[in-house]
Amino acid sequence: MTPPVRPRGMRLAARQALWAYAFLAAPMAFFLTIRLAPAAAALIISLHRWNILSPEKPFVGLANFREVWTDPLFWQAAGNTLRYAVVGIPAQLAGGLVVALLLQRITRFRGLFRAIYFLPFVTPIVAASWVWQWLYSPQFGPLTRILDALGLPTQAFLRSPHEALYAITAMVVWEYLGFQVVIFLAGLQAIPRVYYEAAAMDGADGLRAFRHITLPLLNPTLVFSVVYGTILYLQLFTQVLNMTFGDPGGPLGATETMVLYVYQQGFQHFRMGPAASATVLLFGAILLITFVQLRVFQTRVEY
Amino acid sequence: MAARRAGAAWSYLVLASGSVVVVYPFLWMIATALKTPREIFELHFWPHAPTLANFHDVLLHSQFPRWFGNSLLVALVTTASVAFFDSLTGYTLAKLRFPGRGVIFTVILSTLMIPTEMLVIPWYTMSAWFGWIDTYWGIMFPGLMSAFGVFLMRQFMTGVPDELLDAGRIDGVSEFGLFTRIALPLVRPALAALCIFTFLGNWNAFLWPLVVVQTSDMRTLPVGIALFSGEAGSAWHLIMAASALGALPVLAVFVLLQRQIIEGIVLSGLRS
Amino acid sequence: MMRRIIGAGCLTLVLAFGGLPAAQGQQPVTITYWQYYFESKVKTIDMLIKQFESRNPGIHVVQETFPYDSYNQKVASAVPAGQGPDVVNLYYGWLPQYVNSGYLQPLPADAFSTTQIEREYVPMVKAAKFDGKYWAIPTAVRTLALFYNKELFRQAGLSRPPLTWDEFTSDAQRLTQRDSRGRPTLEGFGIAPDGQDHQLIREVLFRQWGASAYSSDGRRVTYDTPQAAAALQWYTDLVTKSQVAVIGFFPGGNGYRDAFVAGKAGMIIDGSFAIGSIQSSTKFDWGVALLPRRTAGGTPSNFGSFWVNGLTRNATGPRLAAAETFLKFLTSPDTERLWLAQVGEIPADRTLAGDPKLAQDPVYGPFIASLAYAHATFFVDETAQRTVMLDAINEVVLNNTDPRAALHTAAAKEQKVLDAFWATQAKH
Repeated sequence: MTPPVRPRGMRLAARQALWAYAFLAAPMAFFLTIRLAPAAAALIISLHRWNILSPEKPFVGLANFREVWTDPLFWQAAGNTLRYAVVGIPAQLAGGLVVALLLQRITRFRGLFRAIYFLPFVTPIVAASWVWQWLYSPQFGPLTRILDALGLPTQAFLRSPHEALYAITAMVVWEYLGFQVVIFLAGLQAIPRVYYEAAAMDGADGLRAFRHITLPLLNPTLVFSVVYGTILYLQLFTQVLNMTFGDPGGPLGATETMVLYVYQQGFQHFRMGPAASATVLLFGAILLITFVQLRVFQTRVEY
Repeated sequence: MAARRAGAAWSYLVLASGSVVVVYPFLWMIATALKTPREIFELHFWPHAPTLANFHDVLLHSQFPRWFGNSLLVALVTTASVAFFDSLTGYTLAKLRFPGRGVIFTVILSTLMIPTEMLVIPWYTMSAWFGWIDTYWGIMFPGLMSAFGVFLMRQFMTGVPDELLDAGRIDGVSEFGLFTRIALPLVRPALAALCIFTFLGNWNAFLWPLVVVQTSDMRTLPVGIALFSGEAGSAWHLIMAASALGALPVLAVFVLLQRQIIEGIVLSGLRS
Repeated sequence: MMRRIIGAGCLTLVLAFGGLPAAQGQQPVTITYWQYYFESKVKTIDMLIKQFESRNPGIHVVQETFPYDSYNQKVASAVPAGQGPDVVNLYYGWLPQYVNSGYLQPLPADAFSTTQIEREYVPMVKAAKFDGKYWAIPTAVRTLALFYNKELFRQAGLSRPPLTWDEFTSDAQRLTQRDSRGRPTLEGFGIAPDGQDHQLIREVLFRQWGASAYSSDGRRVTYDTPQAAAALQWYTDLVTKSQVAVIGFFPGGNGYRDAFVAGKAGMIIDGSFAIGSIQSSTKFDWGVALLPRRTAGGTPSNFGSFWVNGLTRNATGPRLAAAETFLKFLTSPDTERLWLAQVGEIPADRTLAGDPKLAQDPVYGPFIASLAYAHATFFVDETAQRTVMLDAINEVVLNNTDPRAALHTAAAKEQKVLDAFWATQAKH
């Protein structure tokens, strides 16, 4: 009696799955122990009152959430964080894409330009912040000189509760421009030249090639850039802390961000409970936004 | 043809003007590093009498070489680890089919949304438990794999044609071989980009290395540079010099790897 | 009977062997000391450790240092992980939090008696007293004074530093220089709300205007009064009315000092810890003067602060005795003398601080003279309380808020901070 023959397709599928789990074993172990378990600890801390210095951690239910929810600074931080994202992400993506496309069009000095645009990204943040604060100085900065030359009124920039946030956003976009350019360059390289050649032969080039070849085939890169850019801006912290070190969060909380709020609660006021609650709320918000984004982008053509 | 050349000329012009804006703060940093402390506040851009004294002080009178070496070791090891594991994970999530694929990707992606600041205390407790405090392993372990890298590689791995992989399977290439010999070479630009970003991220990390290191010998570069600031002010001339020197390795990594990003693979004759 | 003989025999043996010199068969105890990185302080502690170890061969001390700006974060992170030093250097303003959490052990009463401390140390040390006990001891103390640019003073026709705050304002007006657009290019006063000015307001201006910041038990905020508002008004007028000061004139947390050193600020109010930095960086003739008063001959007041050394709960078993010995050594008069010579900080010991040579020193003199009336604010959350005052100042300067209204909001915010702290304290 011949043994039953299992369809070859199923064996392949099972084999693939086994290999997949084998490949993922170490990474999953890593993410579970190094990232998720501590994050779960944060979730648990949010339900307790815990001063970082104290061994006591009494359970307080949702008291921390209530406290954070009714803290005007928390909402200011939330609003600011959204503002940073809404202004910064499009600027960063547009700037990065334009520079990447231009870099592809030129033939000389490419390496030099690429290095120059990447310089902000390698500049340590402490040094960059100090220079940018001087740049913005209403007394001594070059920006003020330019405003003077154009006959425009002096701006307070970092000392203005209305302008400070945008002043810092400009610096963050400057810093990440090189990062974005590199991502887009990698993405543009992945588009086979044959497509452009074929399109050119059909008479479609320039803007039409951009809309019908570049943009669709850049989709995975764009998806990554938007999603990662969002996560980046929603967690903005180091730049703000360094630019407003003497008064973190800017004049009267005008530049406060969510992660800065978390840091201040946990590491300056030593109140880990509210810090953890704010982290949980931030996590929830980012999760929601990311999945909306992925859903929106999923409907487009995936290469 | 003339339109093409005019287009190129415009490109040069825009890029050049952008360069001035982009590089100005960096030049200011270098200019400050070449000034004496008193000259810094005389508020002119270029030093009247440039001096290398600050670089000399940083290199010879501080523990800069030690900090540099520590940072280099940590950054290189974590970059190598991330390059391997993240691309393998990204490949698996993009190209292999198995139950739970979506869930696992979601879980890994979600770890990106938790700011590191909250994880520092659990990591420290873990390190204390295992005796990793004040060790290179202690500094490195949280950065050995990154969700950022998994996400990036997964996106680029989706661009690898399935036909190539199927052809490989038919030819008897092992599953791991498919990853290393077929998929990985095709995503070289993304992998190079990932290496650059991981190296830089580790190079500039501050909070975790501050917490896990106790002795002065084990300090990494950002923690070391922070020593130039104190209660009575910051020694900006030294901070700028140290920062300028500290930026060199990352710049070097970028210059080395950027050709990988630019000279991507040209897929020829691969229409199904 | 037999048992007693054996017992006596054992006792004899123990006594005989116990009497052998410590070097034989006894491991050296290693204790750790943490402080923030400051070159002269690190070197001085190294010197002191060598001295200490030669006198106490059974004890080995390891010093570990961390960047100043993140020092509190570093110490705090060590606590929940059970890590950290045996003897720790802390800013006195952090003490209530560290004591409240149980991280510090009270000083052993036999070596550090309350009466002895209050007899030997300058008055401001009382701010390290908590629950009737002392939890940490300083080696050195600091006060505030007026640093002024003598050359700019001469150029402006000013023969001496101001004695009253009104003179201060008018002097600043004569010192301020402006460009064609009316923007100051040189400010008369290097204002710094996030520097020492918020301390100045709380402990000097409020008091001199007849107000007070807190109740005597430290539990209530008491500056929601017209007098305090008048004091705040005087301060913010420097920016808004007489325009002799620009907040953020030079960027950075220490920008006010940078501006002074660069000759772009005629006067600053700074602590004695800045002496070394100002001495080494300035190339013009400068002087130090007592803080002005509200009226000539009116109440003098000053803000005192200090860094303290204390025992953490990590110091257990044999390390506890070693740590106590080291702590006693760190805060001894000999150490304070060395500290003054090497680091340049004023000794915390009354007699040493009262040295006439020091009192006559043109730079140290004003700081020393202020010790008698220097108040050290009792902080329960230094960062939060500082921010409250910064916000009040910014409200008036940036949003044109009435100083009384600004202080009213600030008082409410700060009261919440105090209440939260004292509520947890009540449970002990």
